[in-house]
Formats: sequence, C-alpha cells, structure tokens
Amino acid sequence: MFAAENGLKGDPRLQAISDAIRVVPHFPKQGIMFQDITTLLLDHKAFKHTIDIFVDRYRDMDISVIAGVEARGFMFGPSIALAIGAKFVPLRKPKKLPGEVISEAYELEYGTDCLEMHVGAVPAGERVIVIDDLVATGGTLSAAIRLLERVGAQVVECACVIGLPEVKGQRRLNGKPLYILVEPREIDGCC
Amino acid sequence: MSSPDEQDPRISKISSAIRVIPNFPKPGIMFQDITTLLLDTKAFRDTIDLFVERYRGKDISVVAGIEARGFIFGPPIALAIGAKFVPMRKPNKLPGEVISEEYSLEYGTDKIEMHVGAVQAGERSLIIDDLIATGGTLCAAIRLLERVGVHVVECACVIELPELKGRERLGDKPLFVLWPSLKGLFGLHYCFTIDLIATIGEKTRQPLRQQVLK
Repeated sequence: MFAAENGLKGDPRLQAISDAIRVVPHFPKQGIMFQDITTLLLDHKAFKHTIDIFVDRYRDMDISVIAGVEARGFMFGPSIALAIGAKFVPLRKPKKLPGEVISEAYELEYGTDCLEMHVGAVPAGERVIVIDDLVATGGTLSAAIRLLERVGAQVVECACVIGLPEVKGQRRLNGKPLYILVEPREIDGCC
Repeated sequence: MSSPDEQDPRISKISSAIRVIPNFPKPGIMFQDITTLLLDTKAFRDTIDLFVERYRGKDISVVAGIEARGFIFGPPIALAIGAKFVPMRKPNKLPGEVISEEYSLEYGTDKIEMHVGAVQAGERSLIIDDLIATGGTLCAAIRLLERVGVHVVECACVIELPELKGRERLGDKPLFVLWPSLKGLFGLHYCFTIDLIATIGEKTRQPLRQQVLK
C-alpha cells in the first residue's frame, strides 16, 4: 500500500523523495530501469524525510525490531531503529554473519540465493518491521518474513522506499502488509 | 588514547556489547561482532552519539561509509550532522558511473568504488567503518576521495585492532576509534598467532602475544 493512499496524500515530502531518486537505464542488464537511491542519500533533507515518515508510522506500533536486508536496507533501517528505540537486525547474504545463523533460501530468475540471520537476535513474540530500499517481485522480502516467522517473531509490516509495478495493487506480501513510499521514477523518452 | 579514568562512561557499555567470535572467518582470528551492539538500543544510541558529538559543527559535508557495516553507522551520523551519506562499495554494485581504487589483499587485490559526482572537490569528509584492522580498505577509501579533491578530515571506527597497525598505515590521516582491541570484562587481549600475522602479509616475525589483563 502506498503512503499517498494511506494518510500522506499530497504530502510534499513524497515528491521530494521521488525527485531525489535517480534512474539508471539498463543496470544490471538491458531493459532494467534501475532505481538508484544513492542520490537520495546525498539529499540530506529528502533522506531525512524518508526516515521521518517511517519513524512517524512505526513509533507508536510497539515495534521492537527493525530487520534490514543487506545492503541497502542497512542504509535506512538503523536510523529508524534508533529513533523508535528498536533493535536493528541485519539480514545478510551467506557467510557474512560470524555467529551461528539460520538461513532461508529464495528463488532468483536463475537459481537460488539465501538470506541469513543470527540465532538469538530476535526472540519469539517480538514485533518486527522488515525494511529494504525497494520491492520488486517480493522474493527477498518473502524470505525475510519466513526467516523471522521461523523464530516466532511477528512481522508487522514490510517497509520499502520504492515499489515496482509487480507489487502495485498488492496491499500484502505473504499475508503481511506492505508499506511503500513512492513508485519508480521513469526516464523521459524511455522505450 | 585517554586513560580508563578519563574514558567516557558510555564506552565500557559499548565495548561489552560487542561479541567476540573466535576463529572467524578463519582459525586464529578473533572476530569483533558488532551485531550484538545493534541489539542493545542504548549502547547503539551511545555509539552514534559519541561520533555525532565529535563531528557536529565541524563543517563536515560528507560521511562516506564502507560496505557493508559502514552502512549501518554512517547514515545515522550523516543525518544528525547534516551531511550527505556516500556508500563506498565493492565492484559492480553501484549502478551509475563510478571511480575505483584498488587495494592489496593477502592474495591478490580488491577494489572499492564510489559514484562519480557524489562528492565535490573541496568538501570535508569523514570515512566510517565498524572496524580498522590492517587499514587497507580505509586507505583505498582515502585515496578515492582525495582523487576527486575531497579533504578527508578523519577516519572513524567503532573498534581498532592495534596489532595490525592500521593506524600507521593511515599515515598522517587522523583516526578516531571508540574502543581499542582490549576487551572490557575479563581483559582478554587478542592472541595473534604467527600464522595470522603471516596471513595478513606482514613480513616481520612477531612472537606469540598473549596477555591477560586484570
């Protein structure tokens, strides 16, 4: 569900956030219009708006964990966690976390990948928000939800800055609410 | 480094929130795991506050964070001091035009990349990572920023492993760390085997160092 349909219609911050995102055509391959959030991170005001919107939403929802998906989820998650007094839990690619981990596989276009979390990071019953910069097919976020639910955590919502058309109209992912700030930017004259 | 008496009281809590994992990623290495610090909301808050208190009002316009754990500490600092956050990434991750800097590993080389145009000549920058070991990655990051005319004011890390001499490798670039490698509660000093020293490319043979402090 997009922020504009959920209480933030006409909020000028959403336009500022959208304007700060850069589109890079044909990355990582032909036909993909990559939504580059690094330019958002260079715009201090717009970056702050991004964090503020998520903080305002989650501050009173009794959230104890923000789980961020490597690596761009790390750029947004910790600031939200700090502001709402929650823990930050990194969800990482295989073999990066040094301690004992649990893993969840997920499908790629070709083959599979894996998301890992430290054992003991999230006790059962804790209320969690999963954060990433962008949701496309939802494969990675779905794996994150499964990982957290396996340890008995309650995933309250998945939060993303950008939501691609594949998820447009979907209010839920794996039964979990999805909260998205902006749609992808387009390039003028794009094919 | 200030003596324990002068040390900010928040630092011992931060240090005790860091978990040591022996023999990761390989035998002989005592890995400093900051993920447990991120689970301690007060200690994580204090970590960020200590950096923010140091750098606020110092006309820093760029906080550059090294992939991936630098991405955890850098953005909250950048937001608090009004600076941009610039991710410095492994090859082929950044989508736009990049500049790259190579650096040596034990065997072979690696590269760190930054987007062209992310920073402007004359800007004042910090570089953030969770930990400094040999200093190889930080040095590459410094070179990358200086190549585009940025003034690197300081490198900032949560933890330093002094035996690996990263501070010396940085040369005249200041380094600020919250915690040296001495672990708080039981005063365990890190054991570095001759093997480890060889594996990081050091040519000097140092005796096995083992020291338990009170």
